Amino acid sequence: MAIEKLLWLIPLPPLIAFVLISLGANRSRGLSHSLAVAGAGLSWLGSMFVFWKALQVKDLTGFPIISTINWLPMGAEWLKVGIRIDPLSAVTLFFVAWTILCIFIYSIGYHNYNAPAGVHDQPGLPPHGALHTSDEGKIIHVPSVEPMYARFFGLISLFAFAMYLLVISDNLLTLYIGWEIMGLCSYLLIGFWYAKPSARDAAVKAFLTTRVGDVFMLLGLAALYTSTGSLSYDVVFRPDVVVQLAAIPTGVFGLSLAGLSGLLLFIGTVGKSAQFPLHIWLPDAMEGPTPVSAMIHAATMVSAGVYLAVRAFPLISAGWTPGSPLTPPMMVLAVIGTFTAFFAASIAIAQNDIKRVLAYSTISQLGFMVAALGVGSYTAAVFHLFTHAFFKALLFLGAGSVIHGMEHGALAEDDPVDVQDMFHMGGLRKTMPLTFWTFSAGGLSLAGFPLLTAGFWSKDEILSGAFSGRFWVVFIVLAITALITAFYTARQITLTFLGTPRSQAAGHAQENKPIMTYPLVVLAVFAIGAGWIGIPAGFPLTGAHQAGWIITFLSPMNPLEGHSPEVFSSLPLVVSLVVSIGGLYLGWRVYRGYQAGQVDPVERALGPVFSLLKQKYYIDEVYSAIFIRPARWMAEIFTALWLDNRIIDGMVNGLSALMPALGSLLRNGFDKPVISNGGDALGNRLIHWGQILRKVQSGRIQQYMLYTLWVIVVSGMVVFYLMGRG
Amino acid sequence: MLIGHLLSLILFLPTIAALFMIFLPADRPRMLRLFAFFTSLLPFVLTLILWGRFDSQIQGYQFVENTPWYPAIGSSYHLGVDGLSLPMVLLTTLLVPLSILASTTIKTHQKSFLMLFLFLETGLLGVFLSLDLLLFFVFWEIGLIPMYFIINQWGGENRNYASLKFILYTMAGSLGLLLAIQMMGAASGTFDLIKLTSTWPDTSPLPLFGLSPATVKAVAFWAFVLAFAIKVPVWPFHTWLPDAHTEAPTPGSMILAGVLLKLGAYGFLRLVLPLFPTESHQFAGWLAVLAAISIVFGALGAYGQNDFKRLVAYSSVNHMGFVVLGVAAAAMAAGTQHAIIAVNGAVMQMFNHGLSAAGMFFLVGVLYERAHTRDLTRFGGLWSILPVYGGVLMFTAMASLGLPGLGGFVSEFLVVRGAWAVYPLATALSMIGLFFTGVYILKALKMVLQGPLNEEWNSKLTEIRLDELVIMVPLMVLMLVNGIWPAWLLEMINKAAMAVF
Repeated sequence: MAIEKLLWLIPLPPLIAFVLISLGANRSRGLSHSLAVAGAGLSWLGSMFVFWKALQVKDLTGFPIISTINWLPMGAEWLKVGIRIDPLSAVTLFFVAWTILCIFIYSIGYHNYNAPAGVHDQPGLPPHGALHTSDEGKIIHVPSVEPMYARFFGLISLFAFAMYLLVISDNLLTLYIGWEIMGLCSYLLIGFWYAKPSARDAAVKAFLTTRVGDVFMLLGLAALYTSTGSLSYDVVFRPDVVVQLAAIPTGVFGLSLAGLSGLLLFIGTVGKSAQFPLHIWLPDAMEGPTPVSAMIHAATMVSAGVYLAVRAFPLISAGWTPGSPLTPPMMVLAVIGTFTAFFAASIAIAQNDIKRVLAYSTISQLGFMVAALGVGSYTAAVFHLFTHAFFKALLFLGAGSVIHGMEHGALAEDDPVDVQDMFHMGGLRKTMPLTFWTFSAGGLSLAGFPLLTAGFWSKDEILSGAFSGRFWVVFIVLAITALITAFYTARQITLTFLGTPRSQAAGHAQENKPIMTYPLVVLAVFAIGAGWIGIPAGFPLTGAHQAGWIITFLSPMNPLEGHSPEVFSSLPLVVSLVVSIGGLYLGWRVYRGYQAGQVDPVERALGPVFSLLKQKYYIDEVYSAIFIRPARWMAEIFTALWLDNRIIDGMVNGLSALMPALGSLLRNGFDKPVISNGGDALGNRLIHWGQILRKVQSGRIQQYMLYTLWVIVVSGMVVFYLMGRG
Repeated sequence: MLIGHLLSLILFLPTIAALFMIFLPADRPRMLRLFAFFTSLLPFVLTLILWGRFDSQIQGYQFVENTPWYPAIGSSYHLGVDGLSLPMVLLTTLLVPLSILASTTIKTHQKSFLMLFLFLETGLLGVFLSLDLLLFFVFWEIGLIPMYFIINQWGGENRNYASLKFILYTMAGSLGLLLAIQMMGAASGTFDLIKLTSTWPDTSPLPLFGLSPATVKAVAFWAFVLAFAIKVPVWPFHTWLPDAHTEAPTPGSMILAGVLLKLGAYGFLRLVLPLFPTESHQFAGWLAVLAAISIVFGALGAYGQNDFKRLVAYSSVNHMGFVVLGVAAAAMAAGTQHAIIAVNGAVMQMFNHGLSAAGMFFLVGVLYERAHTRDLTRFGGLWSILPVYGGVLMFTAMASLGLPGLGGFVSEFLVVRGAWAVYPLATALSMIGLFFTGVYILKALKMVLQGPLNEEWNSKLTEIRLDELVIMVPLMVLMLVNGIWPAWLLEMINKAAMAVF
C-alpha cells in the first residue's frame, strides 16, 4: 500500500471504535475497551510504520509525504485539504502514538474492569467502592467498576481520532477541526463525572477559556486564507510567501500581516497550551479521571498548542535573523513563555494535591517551550515537546496509580482521607515499588537530572539556546524556574513515596495490576532514553562531532536554519547541572523529615507569600470580577432586560397600545353606527350556510367516497388543462 | 410532461393534500397525521428527483415554468430553481414531514393544524420557487397566515401576544415590500424577476412625490431591506422572534426557525442584491454593522435566558447574523472571490441553521412534553436518567455551536473568510458573538444535563422514544455530512453564486 494511503487511514480506527461504542457496543464493557484498544493499537502500528518509512526519506523536509484532495469549492478554485509527514509531524506522530496506546491500556485497570459494581454507584459520579467477599470469606470494601466505563472508552477514542487528525494534517483547517474536536472531548472528559458540580464547572471553564483562544485563531485562519488563497502549510509558511506577508502592514499595533496572523494563531496556543493569561482552566481540568489528565492535559492536546506555535514559527519569526532584535510576535512569545514558566512553577510549590502539582508543572514546562520559540530555538522547543510528552504522561499515570493504590487502602481501612493529598501519603515506595521507580524516573526527568534523563537534555537545549542568543532575562528566569521545578519534584516524590505512611490509607495502599504498571514501565524507558537522541555536538563526555539525531532531523524545518550554527557552551550546561541537583537536594532535605500534622515547611519559610501562591495569585477571583460577572450582567440585565425587554419591546408595545385607542375611536365613531347592522346580517347568513353544510358531514362512508370522486375528477381536469398548456 | 411541471407539482401537492384532508374524519388524529406525513413525503421525493436531474453546470434557472397570470399588469406564473433556491426547497420539503411527525404533541383540532401546516408548506415553497415579484409576494403572505394561526391556536400561555406581535411585525415589513414591488412593476411594465434583474438596476423609476429617481430607488431598496430584515430577523427588529418561537407549538417552532427565517435571508440574496446592486453596495456597511450587532447581542440575549426554549430562540438571532454578515460582504464586494465565498457561506449557514435549529426546538419540545416546564433552573443532572437524549442533545447543541466536523462550522468559517476581506472590524467584533455562542450553549447543557440530579425528575422523566429519534436521525446525519463532505451541497451553491454575484 502506498504510504500516503496508509497515512490517510491512521486516524480512522479510533473513530470507528467511537462510532461502534456509541451505537451499541457500550452494552458490553469488555467489547468497548477491546474496540478502543484495538483502534489505538492499529493507529499505533500505522504510525510506527509511517515513522519508520519517513526516516528513510533522504530529505524529508524538502520532500515530505503529502497527499491532498479537493474539499470546498470556492468560486473557480477549491480549498484543498490533505495529509503531510515532515520531520515535525513525524516526531509528533511518534510520541502521540506511544502515549495514546499506553494510556488506553492503563485506563482498563484504572477504571477497575472486572471489579464488582458498587451498590450506590450511579452514572455521573465517581464509583464509591463495593463490598466484596474475599477468598477467606471476609467481607471487604474494594474499588468498584466505573459505571460509565464504555462511555469513557468511546470518548477517549474520539479524542485519539482528533489528535491523529491534527498531527497528520497538511493545512490549518483540518488542524483546526482536530483541535476543536479535542476541545469537545476535553470538555466531556473533564466533566466526565458530570453530576459533580466541581467537575461540571471545570469542564465549562476549560471549554470556554480555550474558546477565547480559538476565536482569535479562526480570525488568523481567515486572514491567512484571504491573503494567500490557501491554508496549506506548503503555501502559507513558504519562505517567499512569508516574505510577502511580512511586507504588508496591517495598522494593528504596527504589525505586518505575517506578524498579525502569527500572533492570532499563537493566541490559540495560549488557550490550548494553558499559557498565561488563559492558563486558569488546566489546574481545574484535574477534575477529570487521571488517564484523561495524562493524555489530554499533559501529553497530547496541550502539546498540540505548542505544535501549532512551532508550525506558525515562520510567520512569528518573519524578518528576524539571529542577532537582531526580536520581532514583536517573538517578543510576545518570549515574555509569555518565560513568565508562564516561572509563574506556574511558583504555584506548584504550594499545592498539596498530587495532580495539581503536575498540572502547574505542565503549564510551566509548556512555558519553557514557548519561551524557547520566542528566542528562536526551534529545535529545542520541539525536543522538549517530545521528551515532555513522555515524562509528563508517565508522571500523571504514576500519580493515577498512586491515587488508585491509595483508594484501595482508604476503602479497605474505611479511612476517609483525601486520597490525592500528598500530605496523607508517605512511604509508598515499599507498598508500590514499581510505581515508585517509574514515577521517580519521570520526576527526575522533569527535574532535569543530569546526563541520565531525557528532561535534562531537552531543557539544557532550551537554556543554552537562550544563553547563546544572549537573552539574559529569559536565561536567568528559566534557570531559576528549573531550580524551582527540581525542588517541587523532590517535594512531591519525598512526600509521596519516602518516609513512613501518614495515614491508614497510605499504610494499606496496594500496588496496581500489571495492566496499569506495565504502561508506566514503557513510558519510563522513554522518559529516560528519549533524551539521548538529542545530545548536542561537542558535548564533553560523548565528544560527538555531530549533534544528536533529533536535532539534525528537525533543524532543516527551522526557517532560520543556516543562520545560527549553535556553538556548544559549557556555562548553561553547568547551570542546568547545578539547578537540577541543587533543587532536588533542597526539596529532599526540606521534606524528608516531614511528620503528619506539621505545617508545610515551605509555608513556614515563605509566610504570606505562601498563601498568595496557594490561592494561585487570586487570578480566578480577579477574572470572575472583571470578566465573568460583567459578562453575565451584559447578558441578563443589559441585553435581555434593558435592551430587548424595556427599550425595543417598550417601543413596540407602546406603539401597539396606541392602536387600540385609534381603533376604539373608529369603532365608536364609524363602525357601530354605519357598518354594524350590515355586518351582523352577513354573519347570520354565514351561520345559516354553515348549518346547511354540516349536513354534508353525515358520517356515511359512501357519501364521502362520492365527494372524493368528485374532487379527483375536478382536480384531474385542472391538472390536465394545465399540462396541456405547458 | 410531468418533469416539465415538477416545480408546480412540488409546490401544490401539499395544498391538494390539505384540501383532501377536509374529507377525512377529524376524530382520527393518528390517521390524519400519517396521511399528512405521507403526502408531505411526496414533495420531498420529488425534490430528490429534482436534485438528481438538476444540472449545476448550467447557469441560470432550470425547470422553468412560465404562464401568463395577470397579463394586464405583466405578472406571470413563473417558477424556476437555481443553486440558491434548490437547497432551500430541499430544506423545506425535508423539515415539513419531520415537523408533522413531531406534531404528536398537538392534542386539539389536529385536522385543522395539519391542514394549516400543509398550506404553510406551499407558501414557503412558493417564495423559493417564484421568479415573479407579485407571485413572490403572494406566497410570502400565504406563508404568514397559517403560522399566525398555528401560534395563536396551539401555542403556549402567552400565545395571543406572541402571535399578534408576529403578524404585525411581518405585516409592517410586507407593506413596504408590496408598495416597492408595485412601484417597480409600474415603472418597468413587468414583474418578471429575470427581466427586472437585467433591466431594473439601470432603470430610472418615475419621479414620485417630487423625489429624485435615485431617492425613489433608495426608498424602494430600504422597503425591501426592512421586510427581509424583520423576517431574518436582524437586530433591532428581532424581538418578535423570541416570543413567537417560544409560544409556538414544537412543530411550529421547528418550521419557524428552520424555514421561515430563511425567507428573509433568501429575499436578500434573490431580490435585494441583484435588483439593487448600487444601493446594496452603498449601504452594505450598515448591514454589516447590524449583522455584527445581531451576532453579539443575539448571543448575549440567549445567554441571559433561563427558559430553554427562549434561549434556543435567541440563538437564531445569533446564527442568522452570520447569514446577514455574509450578505453584507457579498453586497460590498460583488463580483469578487470574496463575495462568492461569503454567499457560499451564507446559503450554507441557512441550510445548517435550518437543521440545527429545528433539531434544538424539537429536543426542547421532547423535554417539555415530559417535564411540563422549560425552566432551566429546575433541571440538572438529567444525563444520568436520559443518557440517549443527553447524547442526542449534546450532538445537536454542538452542531449549533459550530463545532468543526459538523455543518455549522463550515458555513461560519466561509462567512468569516468572505467577510474578513471586506469588513475586518465587523468580523472581528462578531467573534465576541461566536465566543458567547459557546457560552450560552454550554449554559444550557450545564443546566439540563450536568450537575446533581434534581430528584424531582428521578422516576418521572422517560427516555426519548424511537418515534422521536426517527425525527432526529435524519437531521443529525445531515449535520454530520455537512461537516465532513459539504461539497455535495456547496458545489451547487457555488456555481449559482458565481453566476449571480
